[in-house]
Amino acid sequence: MVPIPHFLILSALLFATGTAGVIISRNLIIMFMSIELMLNAGNLAIIAFSRMNNVVDGHVFVFLILTVAAAEAAVGLAIIIMIFRNKESINADKFSLLKR
Amino acid sequence: MELPLYLIPLFPLAGFLLNGLLIGRLHKRIISLIACGSVGLSFIYGVKFFVDLISLPEQSRVIENIVFTWIPSGHFHVNIAFLLDPLSAVMVLVVAGVSFIIHIYSIGYMHDDKGYGRYFAYLNLFVFSMLILVLADNYLLMFVGWEGVGLCSYLLIGFWFEKKSAADAGKKAFIFNRVGDFGFLLGLFIIFWQIGSLDFIAVFEKAPTMFVAGGGLITAATLLLFVGATGKSAQIPLYVWLPDAMEGPTPVSALIHAATMVTAGVYMIARSNVLYMMAPVSLAVVAIVGIATALLAATIALAQNDIKRVLAYSTISQLGYMFVACGVAAFAAGIFHLMTHAFFKALLFLGSGSVIHALAGQQDMRYMGGLKRAMPITFPTFLIATLAIAGIPGLSGFFSKDEILWKSFSSDYGSIWLWAIALLTACLTAFYMFRLVFLTFYGEGRMDVRTREHMHESPKVMTIPLTILAILAVIGGYVGIPHVLGGDNRFEKFLEPVMHGRYHPSGEEAHALASSGYGASTEMLLMAVSVVLIIIFIYLAYHFYLKNTAAAGKLRDRFSGVHKIIYGKYFVDELYGALIVRPIVNGSLFLWKIFDVLIIDGLINGMATVIGDISTGLRPAQSGVLRTYATIFLVGVVVVIGYLLVK
Repeated sequence: MVPIPHFLILSALLFATGTAGVIISRNLIIMFMSIELMLNAGNLAIIAFSRMNNVVDGHVFVFLILTVAAAEAAVGLAIIIMIFRNKESINADKFSLLKR
Repeated sequence: MELPLYLIPLFPLAGFLLNGLLIGRLHKRIISLIACGSVGLSFIYGVKFFVDLISLPEQSRVIENIVFTWIPSGHFHVNIAFLLDPLSAVMVLVVAGVSFIIHIYSIGYMHDDKGYGRYFAYLNLFVFSMLILVLADNYLLMFVGWEGVGLCSYLLIGFWFEKKSAADAGKKAFIFNRVGDFGFLLGLFIIFWQIGSLDFIAVFEKAPTMFVAGGGLITAATLLLFVGATGKSAQIPLYVWLPDAMEGPTPVSALIHAATMVTAGVYMIARSNVLYMMAPVSLAVVAIVGIATALLAATIALAQNDIKRVLAYSTISQLGYMFVACGVAAFAAGIFHLMTHAFFKALLFLGSGSVIHALAGQQDMRYMGGLKRAMPITFPTFLIATLAIAGIPGLSGFFSKDEILWKSFSSDYGSIWLWAIALLTACLTAFYMFRLVFLTFYGEGRMDVRTREHMHESPKVMTIPLTILAILAVIGGYVGIPHVLGGDNRFEKFLEPVMHGRYHPSGEEAHALASSGYGASTEMLLMAVSVVLIIIFIYLAYHFYLKNTAAAGKLRDRFSGVHKIIYGKYFVDELYGALIVRPIVNGSLFLWKIFDVLIIDGLINGMATVIGDISTGLRPAQSGVLRTYATIFLVGVVVVIGYLLVK
C-alpha cells in the first residue's frame, strides 16, 4: 500500500502547481483550471487523511466538494464565455475597469 | 349715542388695509379719497371726543375705553385700552389735524409717483400707529404705537428705495431708533418690576409709594425712558438719523420728522411727568441734553445749504427746546411748543416741498433765490412760519417759545444759564431761518435757465393746506397767552389735571414752586430782551445774505476753520463711524474672514481633505490586476499559517 505521506506530498505538489498557475498565467481559462487543480489537491489530502484514520467521512465530503465544484465550473465557464463575447479577450490583465 | 374711543385709530387702520391690500388696483382718485377720508374721519371723531371731554367737570376729564384684554398672564395683565385725557386730546387733535392737512397736500406732491398707493397706505399706517401711541392707556400699548411709527418712518424714509442713499437713511433711522427703544423697554421693565402694572393710572397712583423719591431706581427708570425719547425725538446722542431722514418725500418729512412722530418722546415724558417729578437728577439730565441739542443743532443749521437739512436741524433744535421745558418741569409749556411747532414746522416743510416742486427737485439753496414773485402763496405762508419759529410777537411760536424761556429761568429746576443758552439758540434760530428765507425767496435767482422757465406756483391742492397751516401758525398760540400779557394761559390750565393735580400728591406745592420767586416785571423784561435780540439777529441775516452778500463770504473766510467744523456737522457721523461702525465692521470681518473661513471651514474641509488624501494614497492597492490580488492573497495565507505554526 502506498504510504500516506506520498499522497500528501503529491497533494502539496499539485496545490503548488495550481497556485503558480493562478499567479503566473494571464489566461482566464488556465487560471480557472489552476484553481480547479488546487481544489482537487485539497480533495486528495482530505481522502488521504480519511484513509489514514479509517473513516469514510472524508470520502463523503469529497463527493460533496466535487458536486459543488462541477456547479462552480459551469458558472465560472459561463462567466468566462460572456467576458470573451463582450471583450473578445480572456486576458485577465485587461479587465481592470474598477481601477481608476 | 355712546361712541367707543377706538374708532379714532380704527379709521386709518381701515384705510391702510384697503389701500394696502388693493395696491395697484385702485384709481388714484379713490386711493386719495380712502386715505384722506379715513384720516379726516379720525379728526372729526377726535373733535367730537374733545368736545365731550371739555363738557366734563375739570377734575374728572377722562374718557376710557377698554377694548379687550390683550395679555392675561398671571400678574401681568395688559389691556388694549384707550385713554382720553386733556394731554392725549391735544395730541390727537394735533396728530389727526396735521396729518389730514398733509394727506391733502400729498395728493398734489406725489401725483406723478408710481408708488402712489403704497405711499398712502404707509401714511395711513403711520397715522394709525401714532394715534395708538397717544391714546394708549398703558405703557405697553404705547410701545406698540412707538414701534409702529418707527416702522412707518423706516418705510417712508426709504420710500424711494431704488436710491441707495434713501435706503441707507431708512436703515440708519431704524437702527438709531432701536438703540433708543432698548432703553425704553428696560425702563418699562423697572416700572413693572416695582409697580406690577403698566397702566398709566395705576403706575402714577402707586409710584409715590412704590418708589423712593429721588432714589436710584426711579432715576434709572426715568433715564432709560429718556434714552428711548432721545432715539425717537432725535436728541444727543442719537440725533444723527433725522437729517438723513430728509431722503424721504417732503410731506413725510413734514408729518413724521417734524410735526408728529419726533415729538413722541416729548409726549412720553410729559405723560410720565409724575415719575420725572420724583427724579430730579433725570429732570436735570433731560434739561441739559435738551439745551445742548438745541444749541448744537442750531449752530449746524447755520451753515447747511440743503433747504430740507436746515429745517431738519431746526427741528432737532426745537425738539431740544421742548425737552428743556420738560427738564424744568414745565411739561405744559413743552406740549404747548410741541403743538405750535407742529403747525409752523409742518408749514415750513410743506413750503419747502412746494419750492422744491417748483424748481424740479432742486434742494440746494445756493441755486435758489428770487422765488418771491413766482410763488405768491408759498412765499407769504413760508414767511409767516419763519416769523413764528423766530418768535416774533403775535405769532404762535412767540408764545410757546417765550413760555419755555421764562420757565427755564423762573422754574425751580431752571437757571439763568439755561435761559441764556436757550435765548442764544432762539437768536440763532431766527438767524438761520431768515438766512433760508433770504436765500430762497429774495435776491437774484441763481437757478439755471431751464429751471427758471419751469418755475411755477404749486397747484391748489398744495397751496390750500399751506394756507390752513399758516392760519394755525398765527392763531395757534392764542390758546396759551401768559398771565403777564393779560391772558390766562388756558392751555396750561387745560393740561393741569394731567400734569400735577390728579396723580401727583403734592401737585399744589410743585406748581407753587414752579412759578415762584419772580415777578411780572422780570418776565416782561426777559421777554423784551429776547424780542430785541431776535430782531437784531434777523437784521444780521438780512445784512449778510441780502444787503451785503460779500460780507458773508468774508466772514466765512475769516472763520474758515469754524465754518468747516459746522458745515461738517461737528463730524459726529464720522465719530460714530470711527467709534462704533468701524469696530463692528472690522469685528465682523474678522469673524467672517478669519474665524468662519479659516477656523470653522478649515476644520470641516481639513477633515474631508485628510480622508480624501488617505484614500488617494490607498487607491493604487486596488490595481485591478487579478494576479496581484492572488499573490497578495497567497502571501497573506502563508503569513497566517506561518504565524500559527510558529506560535
